[in-house]
Amino acid sequence: MIFDLADILPALPEMILATMALVLVLVAAYGGEGAENAKRVTRIALGGIVLALILIWSGTAADETAFGGMFKADSFASYMKILVLLGTFGALYMSITPLAKDDINKPEFALLVVLALVGMMLMISANDLMSLYMAVELQSLPLYVVAAMRTNSLRSSEAGLKYFLLGALSSGMLLYGASLVYGFAGTTSFSGIAAAVSADQLPVAFIVGMVFMVSGIAFKISAAPFHMWTPDVYEGSPSPVTALFAIAPKVAAMALMMRLTYGAFGAIEVEWSQVLVALSIASMVVGALGAIMQRDIKRMMAYSSIAHMGYALAGLAAGSHQGALGVMIYMTGYIFMGAGSFAIILLMRRDGQSATRIADLQGLSRTHPMLALGLMIMMFSMAGIPPLAGFFGKWYVFLAAVNAGLVPLAVIGVVMSVVGAFYYLRIIKIMYFEETDEPLDTDMPTANKMVLGVSIGVILLFFLGLSPLLEASNVAATALMTQL
Amino acid sequence: MIDNWPILSIVTFLPLAGVLFLLMIKGDEKALAQNSRFVAMWVSGFTFLVSLPLLIGFDSSVTGYQFEEKAVWLVGTGIGYHMGVDGISMPFVLLSTLLTPLSILASWRAITHRVREYMIAFLVLETMMVGMFVSLDMLMFYLFFEAVLIPMFLIIGIWGGARRVYAAFKFFLYTLLGSVLMLVCMLAMYIDAGTTDIPALTAHQFAESMQTWLFLGFLASFAVKVPMWPVHTWLPDAHVEAPTAGSMILAGVLLKMGGYGFLRFSLPMFPLASEFFAPLIFTLSIIAVIYTSLVALAQSDMKKMIAYSSVAHMGFVTIGIFTMTEQGIAGAMFQMISHGLVSAALFFSVGVVYDRLHTREISAYGGVAAVMPRYAVFFMFMMLASVGLPGTSGFVGEMLVLVGAWHASSWVAFFTATGLVLGATYMLWLYRRVMFGAIVNDQVKAMEPMQMREFSIFLPLTFLVLLFGVYPMALLDVMAVSIQFVLDGLSASGLSLLAAN
Repeated sequence: MIFDLADILPALPEMILATMALVLVLVAAYGGEGAENAKRVTRIALGGIVLALILIWSGTAADETAFGGMFKADSFASYMKILVLLGTFGALYMSITPLAKDDINKPEFALLVVLALVGMMLMISANDLMSLYMAVELQSLPLYVVAAMRTNSLRSSEAGLKYFLLGALSSGMLLYGASLVYGFAGTTSFSGIAAAVSADQLPVAFIVGMVFMVSGIAFKISAAPFHMWTPDVYEGSPSPVTALFAIAPKVAAMALMMRLTYGAFGAIEVEWSQVLVALSIASMVVGALGAIMQRDIKRMMAYSSIAHMGYALAGLAAGSHQGALGVMIYMTGYIFMGAGSFAIILLMRRDGQSATRIADLQGLSRTHPMLALGLMIMMFSMAGIPPLAGFFGKWYVFLAAVNAGLVPLAVIGVVMSVVGAFYYLRIIKIMYFEETDEPLDTDMPTANKMVLGVSIGVILLFFLGLSPLLEASNVAATALMTQL
Repeated sequence: MIDNWPILSIVTFLPLAGVLFLLMIKGDEKALAQNSRFVAMWVSGFTFLVSLPLLIGFDSSVTGYQFEEKAVWLVGTGIGYHMGVDGISMPFVLLSTLLTPLSILASWRAITHRVREYMIAFLVLETMMVGMFVSLDMLMFYLFFEAVLIPMFLIIGIWGGARRVYAAFKFFLYTLLGSVLMLVCMLAMYIDAGTTDIPALTAHQFAESMQTWLFLGFLASFAVKVPMWPVHTWLPDAHVEAPTAGSMILAGVLLKMGGYGFLRFSLPMFPLASEFFAPLIFTLSIIAVIYTSLVALAQSDMKKMIAYSSVAHMGFVTIGIFTMTEQGIAGAMFQMISHGLVSAALFFSVGVVYDRLHTREISAYGGVAAVMPRYAVFFMFMMLASVGLPGTSGFVGEMLVLVGAWHASSWVAFFTATGLVLGATYMLWLYRRVMFGAIVNDQVKAMEPMQMREFSIFLPLTFLVLLFGVYPMALLDVMAVSIQFVLDGLSASGLSLLAAN
């Protein structure tokens, strides 16, 4: 097979990032050990991400495929890639100034993140079972490593190992499902699969394959009941890594889920919709109830993200254009809520040691008024209180669900959002209604300020930008629906 | 020229400009606190002045909405920026803009820590309240309706009493649970009608089976807000723990959001379901009126007693609305405005003595009238207005509701009237125990007389209560056409109840 320019151009941002990762290997290896080199590598990586962002932002919206149809660059891919790039940029940017003494401070970190980023972008553009699996693995392997990056911490190693074992299991499920699907469709391309299946004559094994594949991806977005790894990995990983986990890979995996269900399995929506409804309800319930018991804010954020994935899946389960649009609006709000929250969580230190118990936030409104205000806005937004970003996400996913006749799902969803509001309010209570004599450290690097400022701005003024956002996600949803 | 000004948007968002200003001022803690008080006072006072053209320029002979503003928000989705007022919402807007500066004045000395944040919360609250009453787009309405929870949660939780955390959580979660069920119904309405524009939705015919569900969803939200028995339990907690000014706004304006919602959504949009469920509403309201009156009798805490009396008074409102008669609805509206003024004044009355003695226990007082005679006069006047003495606004509202209830059913009227008697009992008893008798508590003897500031809060409220009591047409004229419009809509859908009248 010969690749020409037509193959390279649609994948140019990925190419650039991949090449850059190779260069970064050299910089990391020969630039010396220590903090200075780590900073240098991170800065170059950030530059590469900005370049990729500019390329995608200014790129044409026309649907293009490359590498024999395995790679697809359409406006849906652009939309989701912009989210992933923004999220990764934020997480990486905040890791540039190591805050806690025990934080990771190695050049390999940024390098591995860039590799995972390429994997995420390929996931979004995957249009074939082969490229799907490759992309998922490229995304996962570097993340297993960064989860265990703090080698002197038992917790971190445990997190890495747990993530790896369960991730490997999910990859196995994905692969097994893919093999069944291939066996019945006779092709690995999504369009070929879509053409091969029709709703009226469906082999049971094909459905089994579909369910296995959906379950495999559900692991990656941490939808219940495939969520078990999430709280431990969130808690055990170094905080900058957790920030990354919470923001970027979920968006990529959600995009992959959309590509697979709307594209390859578009004709059998009836079948996968049920699976997604079950996943959605389970995630909303587990996320809301699980978070109540948590004492560590990172664990709480893990359950919160499980619940958020449940809401997003409610839109996806509608199986409609509106549902795709709803998920995209939801994920847009989600990355900013995640980035803003972690900008503050990363700052939770006392005497240079990270202090991430929820109780450590006590009296934050007195000692750090701006941080408390920021976290309060994030919490109200996550609880879905208008007029913040989180509300509009919920409005659009539940709009799609109700329109598709999934009213019980919507009712369970909104009731669970009230349960969820309880633990978000608890954070606000601890910050605002209680006092403390042990304030957290005060120094605040520019990176966190910037990320927090941008996130607050986006979340507060989401309603102003909603109209263009709807337009963009409308175009993207159309591209997703007509991808054949 | 002034006709072209977007007055409603200005009134709604002006307090937010004050918030920005508050965020910018600096200084040491004491100066900051004092400056914050003045900024908040000026901004809310100015907002009240800006809202006065609504009253002056209002044409009470016109059906439909006035001072309308439309702007594009979400292109091509049927969701837009739409504001306007009619005879039903205009009085509430003025009630909100009047009570906000008064409650800021009421917290002048009572709030001593985190004054700036407190004032910010109040100004944000004002924006949300006004915005809710003037929104003519359902999504906008919901945004404001639920956003009210944020400042109120903080006001109760930060500046409240001993059990403030419990009260704040209960308030927030109760209200949120009701609202989200309404949200699902709003989604269904949007899907059915293709728009969230309130006038368009009013004109839209929802299928009868759908109306039932929609009505129940909206009821879940409005019943908690009003509050109706048995979902009223958040209210006594919230009132007791909230600071005085928080109670004033809570009772004065926030409770009216439920009644307003019934008149804006339930009756015009789901007429068939409204008629079907009217007996249920009557039953719940009558239980509320009688039961909470009895509970009020048993209270030893002044604020709690007034809080329970609020539930009883709001029971009159829901009865009035669902009689679906001209007198009933007008009475309900009148009662809401009247209760807004009277309950704010009553909660402030409790605040006045609480600031001096730091207890709300009725038994700690006695003989206050001898120490603070002028205060005793105001308190008595408001107490009588609450009881429904002729010549006060309370009388007009209750009278009209009773007339309306009589049209609906003589039994409803009978039980409603029972509530009146009980109401008089507990209020008069409260007054006797606090104001008269020998002074048993030495601290009462030492209480300082009423200040100018407190006087100036009572004065406008007293004036309005008296004005509406003596000349009710001042308010009834404004509402008449809009109420008729609601009734026309009901009779157009062929309700048997109206046919019987």
